[in-house]
Amino acid sequence: MSSRVEVHDLRKSFGTIVAVDGISFTVDSGEILGFLGPNGAGKSTTMRILTGYLPPDSGSVSICGIDILHRPVPAKARIGYLPEGAPLYPEMTPASFLGFVADIRGITGNGKAQRLARVAEIMHLKEVWHQPIETLSKGFKRRVGLAQAIVHDPDVLILDEPTDGLDPNQKREVRQLVRDMARDKAIIISTHILEEVHAVCTRAAIISRGRIVADGTPGELEAMSEYNHAVTIQVRADDAVSLSGAIARLPDVRKVDTLPLADRLVEITAFPAGGERIITGISRMLQEGSWDIVEVRHESGRLDEVFLSLTAGGAEEAQGGAR
Amino acid sequence: MKNIPVVYRREMASYFATPLAYVFIIIFLTLMGIFTFYLGGLFGRGQSDLQPFFVWHPWLYLFLAPALGMRLWAEERKTGTIELLMTLPVSTLEAVAGKFLAAWSMMAVSLALTFPMWITVNVLGDPDNGVIVAGYLASLLMAGSYLAVSGFVSALTRNQVIAFVVSAAVCFVFLLSGFPLVLDFFRPWLPASMVKAIAAMGFLQHFDSIIKGVLNAVDFVYFITFTALWLYAGSWAVENYRN
Ligand SMILES: Nc1ncnc2c1ncn2[C@@H]1O[C@H](COP(=O)(O)OP(=O)(O)O)[C@@H](O)[C@H]1O
Ligand SMILES: [Mg+2]
Repeated sequence: MSSRVEVHDLRKSFGTIVAVDGISFTVDSGEILGFLGPNGAGKSTTMRILTGYLPPDSGSVSICGIDILHRPVPAKARIGYLPEGAPLYPEMTPASFLGFVADIRGITGNGKAQRLARVAEIMHLKEVWHQPIETLSKGFKRRVGLAQAIVHDPDVLILDEPTDGLDPNQKREVRQLVRDMARDKAIIISTHILEEVHAVCTRAAIISRGRIVADGTPGELEAMSEYNHAVTIQVRADDAVSLSGAIARLPDVRKVDTLPLADRLVEITAFPAGGERIITGISRMLQEGSWDIVEVRHESGRLDEVFLSLTAGGAEEAQGGAR
Repeated sequence: MKNIPVVYRREMASYFATPLAYVFIIIFLTLMGIFTFYLGGLFGRGQSDLQPFFVWHPWLYLFLAPALGMRLWAEERKTGTIELLMTLPVSTLEAVAGKFLAAWSMMAVSLALTFPMWITVNVLGDPDNGVIVAGYLASLLMAGSYLAVSGFVSALTRNQVIAFVVSAAVCFVFLLSGFPLVLDFFRPWLPASMVKAIAAMGFLQHFDSIIKGVLNAVDFVYFITFTALWLYAGSWAVENYRN
């Protein structure tokens, strides 16, 4: 069995700019792969190649076993694609626009009416069905964009920054829609928002300067963080020095950071040596001692830290995680 | 080729969803009227035919066709919808043909609405209606040639103003190349066969002979071949200038 999407060693340059520099991956049905990377990393260019919009300089893309370069039309028939910025024909209505997409995709007759009604229902478009797209709010426009991508219930769904420019409620709604569609599709979604990875993706590929620098489940990526299995303790400032000294003497503790907080509190973070779980030893020590503890946290790793360390220098705008 | 009608219908709906179709038709008819009656003196010649109407077409199409053709691809590139369209399972040739046929239909509709002139010359005199039909046909074919050039240029830019100006300039070259002034310029230093070839490349020679009633298949074939070649070039441009 081959995967729904198989990408092998894609490369694409624009003049002297190397936008995609040897990207390979596969996506199976049921997976939601997140492309995570700073602006300019090459996410959109990769997606444009996958969808047959741009030819690569070299490399291959197979969609459900069909080579997009050699047989573009049948391959495109299997893909639903939301381009970056969700472009739409402003003078059309959702009804006429989605009808057009259905026609091109060969959905006709009864099936067409049924499918359009279903899409209108999924995307909550009924109330604006006959309104010119240019008069719709941003949230509705984005849903029309998503609707055109799923009119034909595609095997492969490729969404370029589907939540970009939406307000927090609309973002959550779009993520929910994507998750709901995941069961029987292979989905690729690009984002520069880290929280999105946890919210929707089963797997994430961190892209920097046209290369995949890490590929794994959100948990696996977090495990690459030095915060993985770290322990964070909030303690009264008077006890901070003695506590951090005591923790530093424990075996398996590699390093201790202290950070003064407001209200005469101090945050102490203990980092494990070699990925060991140090919470057990620390909590035993805390119970036996008499320090004035406010809070204890076991860290599972921080994606923003992994992201920053992997993409540093390759970013026009590396603070993507702050959004 | 099954998607040509789908693209065609979307384009036509777009023309009529905006004022574009109506504005175009009104301006087309107004200009045709002004040129035919005031500058051409349709009624002052004591002859009943539509010559004074047709002779202006090559000049009027010089900007009427680019006005329609400039948006064909430049607008899609500007708004990004070209990425949507070209990632649907539609071939480039289907998209190019569907768009061209829609713009051409706008020309055809506008041209058809000049029928009162035809009626008028028939009421006032006894024209050769065969020649008039040939004239309309020639005019329509020539409009297609102008549009095919405009569509090609439009595929090379995202700026509609540039598309308009460059299309008009390219069409002007093909219009001029049959002009006596230009041919006289080449005649002293080019062999006669070359001068003839230059004349044969232009619109004017072919159009003039048809509207004068000299019906020669070569002239029709010229316009059809010219249009097909530029449509093919347009398809190449859409394929190769994606960003
Ligand atoms: N059509 C183009 N012409 C020139 N450079 C381009 C073009 N498209 C993208 N690039 C460049 O390629 C790099 C990757 O861009 P892109 O794929 O859009 O990144 P992302 O989507 O990750 O923000 C950037 O440096 C960008 O400027
Ligand atoms: Mg992008």
